[in-house]
Amino acid sequence: MEGSLNLVGYGLAAIGPGLAVGMIFAAYINGVARQPEARSVLQPIAFLGFALAEALALFGLVLAFVL
Amino acid sequence: MLSYAAETGKGEGFSPPDAGDFNLPPFIEGNEFATKPILLAFLSVILISLFFYFSARRAALVPSKLQFAGESVYSFVRNDLGREIIGQEFMRFVPYLFTLFTFILVNNIFGIVPMLQFPTMSRISFAYVLAVITFFVFHYVGIRHHGTIKYLKDILFMPGVPKPVYILLTPIEIATYLVVRPLTLSLRLFANMFAGHLLLLIFILGGEYLLQGSLVMKLASPVAFAFGIALTFFEFLVQFIQAYIFTLLTALYIAGAVADEH
Repeated sequence: MEGSLNLVGYGLAAIGPGLAVGMIFAAYINGVARQPEARSVLQPIAFLGFALAEALALFGLVLAFVL
Repeated sequence: MLSYAAETGKGEGFSPPDAGDFNLPPFIEGNEFATKPILLAFLSVILISLFFYFSARRAALVPSKLQFAGESVYSFVRNDLGREIIGQEFMRFVPYLFTLFTFILVNNIFGIVPMLQFPTMSRISFAYVLAVITFFVFHYVGIRHHGTIKYLKDILFMPGVPKPVYILLTPIEIATYLVVRPLTLSLRLFANMFAGHLLLLIFILGGEYLLQGSLVMKLASPVAFAFGIALTFFEFLVQFIQAYIFTLLTALYIAGAVADEH
């Protein structure tokens, strides 16, 4: 790919996962605020959601390097 | 990609690290297998074996510190990842999950250990192999549990869905079970390790390059090094999370294959 088009593509691709990670942890914080005992129950789910959303941003980064 | 990015004046300019920096040449000339990532993988296996051998050697009811550490790691995988997620028949899978978790974790940690400083999983072949093994494990488990025809029917034509939706659903399910799951499993681990190592390289090499510049650049280089240190701690967290996520997703896929009804 010529020039820095792949960087622009990566930047655009990172909007979605950025919003998603924010929403996931907002839900986690809300849940723990409403019921602090649920912290250890919700934590694995929060990290799972975070990793799944982050994966998409990282695919964009890797493709920006490869192409 | 960043070829025009940083002509900062002195010398021949800064050449930022890119994917070629991950191509470590072999130690011995003709032998393709004597490269650093392969040696790191062997080293990780030796370290894990020694650690758990000595942790379990004189197992007492009141544990010593080493035994406690070993038991903590094992019980974390067995309880939080095995029993919580897979349910009844989890003991069959604990050896595989435990091996995955410790192997990925130690290989990731090599990314920040001072003399080694290369996360093995940033070479994509390692991540591919682990994802392929997981793929075979959970499909084999499903086929053994349900029988081939019933297993394929269950995953491709999910029960409880009105008939016309299958036209849309089944191609998505085929893609998910055969392509997306192993691909994203491997790429997630690889991309996290690749990006993390690249970030560390940029900040530390950039900080060292700034030290050779004008006074303003010399004053900026401690900032780069401070970011490098902060990122090292962040990388430690990310490495642990990635090992945990890989094992967690493997356990979830196995649980989905072993589950009886929806």
